[in-house]
Order: sequence, then C-alpha cells, then structure tokens
Amino acid sequence: MGYISEESLAEIPLKLLEMGCLPGAEVELIQKAPLKDPLYICVNGSHLAIRKETAAKIQIIKAAE
Amino acid sequence: MSHKTPINVALVGNPNTGKTSLFNELTGLTQKVGNYPGVTVDKKEGTSKLSNDLKAVVTDLPGTYSINPTSADETIVLKTLLNSRYNKTPDVIIVVADVENLKRNLLLFSQIKDLEIPTVLVLNMADQMKRKGITVDLEVLKKEVANEVVLVSVRKGEGIAEIKQAIVRSYENKKASPLCNINHKIDPEYFTRLQELVPNYPIYELWLMITQNSFPDRITEEEKQKIIDYRNDSKNIKKYQHKETIYRYQRINEILKKAYVVDRSKATDVRARLDKVFTHKIFGYVLFFGLLLLIFQSIFEWASVPMDFIDASFADLSSWVKSQMADGVLSDLITDGIVPGIGGVVIFIPQIAILFLFIAILEETGYMSRVVFLMDKIMRKFGMSGKSIIPLISGTACAIPAVMATRNISGWKERLITILVTPFTTCSARLPVYTILIALIIPNEKVFGFISLQGLSLLSMYILGFFTAIVAAMILQKVVKVKSNSFFVVEMPDYKLPSAKNVLLEVLEKTKAFILDAGKIILALSIVLWFLASNGPESYKNVEKTITEQVENKQLSEEDLDKKIASAKLENSYIGIMGKTIEPAIKPLGYDWKIGIALITSFAAREVFVGSLATIYSVESDDEDTSTIKERMAAELNPETNKPRFNFPVGMSLLIFYAFAMQCMATLAIVKRETKGWKWPLIQLFGMGLLAYLSSLLVFQILS
Repeated sequence: MGYISEESLAEIPLKLLEMGCLPGAEVELIQKAPLKDPLYICVNGSHLAIRKETAAKIQIIKAAE
Repeated sequence: MSHKTPINVALVGNPNTGKTSLFNELTGLTQKVGNYPGVTVDKKEGTSKLSNDLKAVVTDLPGTYSINPTSADETIVLKTLLNSRYNKTPDVIIVVADVENLKRNLLLFSQIKDLEIPTVLVLNMADQMKRKGITVDLEVLKKEVANEVVLVSVRKGEGIAEIKQAIVRSYENKKASPLCNINHKIDPEYFTRLQELVPNYPIYELWLMITQNSFPDRITEEEKQKIIDYRNDSKNIKKYQHKETIYRYQRINEILKKAYVVDRSKATDVRARLDKVFTHKIFGYVLFFGLLLLIFQSIFEWASVPMDFIDASFADLSSWVKSQMADGVLSDLITDGIVPGIGGVVIFIPQIAILFLFIAILEETGYMSRVVFLMDKIMRKFGMSGKSIIPLISGTACAIPAVMATRNISGWKERLITILVTPFTTCSARLPVYTILIALIIPNEKVFGFISLQGLSLLSMYILGFFTAIVAAMILQKVVKVKSNSFFVVEMPDYKLPSAKNVLLEVLEKTKAFILDAGKIILALSIVLWFLASNGPESYKNVEKTITEQVENKQLSEEDLDKKIASAKLENSYIGIMGKTIEPAIKPLGYDWKIGIALITSFAAREVFVGSLATIYSVESDDEDTSTIKERMAAELNPETNKPRFNFPVGMSLLIFYAFAMQCMATLAIVKRETKGWKWPLIQLFGMGLLAYLSSLLVFQILS
C-alpha cells in the first residue's frame, strides 16, 4: 500500500495515467505473478496488471501503517 | 418528424463494461461484420428501431480506455470519431460506463464530449450497485455533465427503452458542449493560437490532430498543413497530454463528489478468493493446462459427428448434382470444383465454432485476463506478450481468426512475432492430413495396453506445432528489427457469469469471419485447381486417341479403358505437368509427381491433400470404387522399388512438411492485411517453406 509520488508524473506512461494511475493516488499491490512479474495492482478503483519495468518508473511513497 | 434514412450511432466504452451486451440488446441478429472504408478492419454493425419513425445503424467500436490509441483496435475508435459529422460517421455516440468504476470510465466520456458530438452516457451494471454500496444521484450528474445520462442494467435487460429515448432526444437536440475546456487549463496561449489558426474545429479535435497526427476527411490541405507546421513547432506535447489527463481527472472528481457515493464497508469481494485459486503459482497453471486439455478433447469428441455428417452430405450432393445434370463442363465445374470447394470450407465449422465457444466463455467470465497475467513473463522470454496466448490457442482451430485476435497486443514487435508464428500451431486443416498419414505408417497398436500409438502420434504432432512456434518466436525475437514500444497493461475485470447471448453471438461472428475470409479464397482456388486439372496443352487433347491406340490389342473392358484415359488425362493436364515439373525438387524428400500435385493443391487449404490424392488414385486405381482413400494410398506402389509408396520415411517426411510449410493462401491474405504489406507474408511463406523442405529432406534421408 502506498501513494504515487507527484514527481513521477512525467515518467508515468500516458495510458497508465488515463487508467487512473495519477500522482497522489493510492496504490495497492494485490499480488505478484508466479514468476514475480507482472504485478497485479489496484489503483483508483481499477484492478490492473502491469509489467515490472513499467512499475519501476513510478515512484511510490509508502503509506504510514 | 419522419426520418427516411437511419441515423448513425456509435457505441464506445472501456472494455468489460457490457458494451457488447448493449450492442447485442440493441441490434440482436441484425448485426453483421463489414469493413471500415480505408482501414480494412472488421466493423460490427446492426440496426435498431429507436422510435416509431427513427431507426439507427449502430456500430460497436472496440473497447478502449481513451481516445489516444496504443493498439490497432483502439486506433479504429480514434479514426471513427475524428471523421464525425461527415456523412457516414456517428450522429450520436453512446458511451457505456461501468457504474462501479465510474471515475475511470468518465475519462473516456470527457474526451468524447469535448469532440462536441451529441452523446448519451449509459451507466451500466446498476444491479451491482447495492452489493457494492454505490449510490448515484442521477439528476445532479445530468446537470453536472450537461448531458443525457441513463442508469441501466443491460444484463437484466433493464433500461434499453430509456437508452433509445435518450438517443432520440440527444439527436434532435443536436447541441453538444465540451466538458473540459482544456484550452484554459494547460497553456492558454498555446491553445488560443491553435484555435485562431484553424477556427472551425472544436479545440480538442485540433489537439487530437496534433497529438495523434490523424486528420478528419473533411479537413482541407491548407488547414492540415497549418496544423502540421504548428505541431512541428510544439515542444511540450507529451507534457501537455499528461496535464490534460490530470485536469480531466480533477474535473471528474469534482463532478463525482456531488453525485456519487461509495460505501466501502458494504463491498463484498469474491474476486480476491477466486484470484487466489486462478492465479496460484501451481494451481493456476494446472488449472489452465487442464482447461486446455478439456477444450482439445471436446473439439475432437464433439466435432467429429457433425464433421462426418458434413463430409457425407457434400459427397452426396456432388453425386446428386451429377445425376441431375447433363454431362459437360458446367456439370464438372459444379460437381468437381464448386461443391467440394464449399464442402472444404463448411467441414471446419464445427471445430472452429466449438473452440470459439470455449474462448468466448473464458473471456466473458474474466478468466482470460488471469491467464494473460500468468503467462506474460513466460511468453515475453519468447518475444511475445501474455496476450499472445489467445491467438496461439485460436490457431489450433484456424490461423485466420487467430491472426485477427492479435490486434489488442499493443507492442508491434510482440504482435508481429505472434502473427508470424501462429501458423505453426496445428490448425484443423492439418488434421485430416495427419490422420490419414498416421493411419498409413503407424501400426494400430496400443502401448501399455491402453494408449493408442496412433493417438500418441497425433498428440506429438500438436506438441511439435507448439514447440516450433515457440522456437521460431525465440529466433524471430533476435532477428526481427522493428521499431516498437511494447507497453503492457491488462485490466483484471471482476469475475462474472457469461451471458449466453453474448457468447453465442461472438461464436457466430468469429465463425462467419472464417467462412467469409477463408471461404472465398478456398472456393476460388478450388475452381482454379479444377480448371488446371481438367485442361491441358496439345498432348492432353490427344490423350483419348493415344491411349485407345496403345491398348488396342490388350483385352480391356470399357470401364478399365475409361480409367486409363482419366489417369493419362490427369498426367497430361496443366496440374499434372506442374506436378511433374516439381518432381525433381521433391524427389529427395521421397515424393513423386502425384504427391507433388497434392502439395500444389494444398495451397487452397491443407486438407485438399487428401481429396487430391483421392482423385488421383481413384482415377488410376483398378480396384473396386468402394475402397477407401486410405486403402488406395496403401496399395500405391513406388515403381522404382515395387514397394508401397507411402512407407514410413515418406509418411514421416510428409507429416513434417505439413507441420511446417505455410500452405494456406487465406492465412497469407490475412497476414498481408494485418501487417499492411506483402513483406511479412512473403517472409512467412518462404521461411516456413524452407524450414519444411529442409526438415523433410533430413527426415527422409535419415530414415530411408
């Protein structure tokens, strides 16, 4: 669980932005695929699978427990 | 007010919003698949009666999250919408949105609204709201978005009449205002100058022309040049696109704050529990491969009955026509060319329909996205995408719909590799060839008392097909140099029960596409081949005389004489000459000119191999006509060795040849269409051909 940092805006592919991966949005990692890639995430109400290489570009700020 | 011509309505929406269900409800069986003018991509259309005096032609556009496309099928949405207010383009657009994920769905709506085309917003899945703790204030929402909004549940058939009324109102109103004034929010100066440059377009449409480099038909050359020049001077396009999206979401959040409430505590989730099983690191794969086995098993078990029936019916039809018509060219054309040609297409319908039935169910339930998720990493090692799984499975029925199913793969390289290797999977046209060859060369015995050796051989051919596809992909990944930015994102939709109507219409559509695309080519080639087999140069015309003279002193019945003549005719026909011409090239593989004929005719469709040999041997053989093709083939001798022609080495060599060679004109035509040129289909044809030739050569030389 965490939040997308405002700084990573330029790095987020447009398509992901459009699907709700916005800076400031809450992201939850639901599951990793059996081979650790892709990642199954929930962001802004959307359940998405994205590859690690894409996810790596997006900075996440961990939410305080 | 009475309208003679129907209005055009386009359906747009995110994937998994029930857009296709709504399309099916609105149009039912009137729907047909056509082509978009210019872009040769399938277009689903149907008619719907909106009111007593207004009808609509409804078009179902591919599902998309945004107007900015990242894959081939999303591009269609952009192209259709950009041509708006042009004669054949939408008068009204319906945006179908899933009420559970309204925020994201409204992004697409906001883009479409900014194109200033009359729009109806349909909030679907109202029946799920209570379970998910969602409340919508419809009146407030209507006011906030200044648009027609309808809350419906398409699966339950609720709200269809309201949608139709809203379309009529929206059409008659004609007015459409933008939702987000992007020009004020991002860089006012930049957008004002753009608007002044080309004044008579909505600002968002101009912005799309800049970002997508795609222009409406009605634009003048002068305007287009102005926009291109302006685009070349712009530096911040990407940044502005990001800003635009953020701004849209801000606007949507403002609207939803007033009209939409979710009580999370009421949400109950079966998704998580099902995901635990379906995407489990062991059970997930076990389940998937189990399902695959079940599917293939069913195809064999269920399809054989209707296939035998179709086979017999067309044979009967052929002899019936023959008995009804006077002998002559026309009768020959119908009984030997057209009827078997159509039969050759129809015979595959059962297998293809059953396979697509399974695929449609798996997609409808949401399971397919989990398979894509499970397989992506593995497929990527071979230069493909998790999404390539669906084409590869479809390829076991027919490569044609499989190649078309690659359209949602967004990376061009991944898509291209998938298209190139799909024809290696064992399609249904190879089955009759495999079956008869295996029956000829593999003894009908059981190993361990219960596993049929012949069945095992057939299974090995399937595995060989998949294995070759994977290896070919691995090589292509290294060799193919194309520009591609592979980008992968898959929505994991909620699980739901499949709707029978959607599944059946999907199967119908895919099967129709096969019949139309493959059918016309197979039929045309059958006629050409018939012509080549029943005509020839000078020697062909004299065959009758020559043979009669030759056998004058032998004691031959009239029937035997006829057979001798027919056989000599085939040998001297154009196709016989072609077979003989290639004989030197195929001799090292163990084939003679007769098999050569069958190889050539296989270009119509592989299964024609069996039929061609049947023709060749039935006209040659002196046996009773009741003997089956298999017996005739088994009895065929190699004149050089006086041993059976179809011995083990020749049979194996043929099996390998049919596994690897690209012997399908229809697939080549589709690949040409999907890759927009002859380059890739030709590479496919010669690459696969070379592989087939060399492998068969190797197999034959080692075994004999």
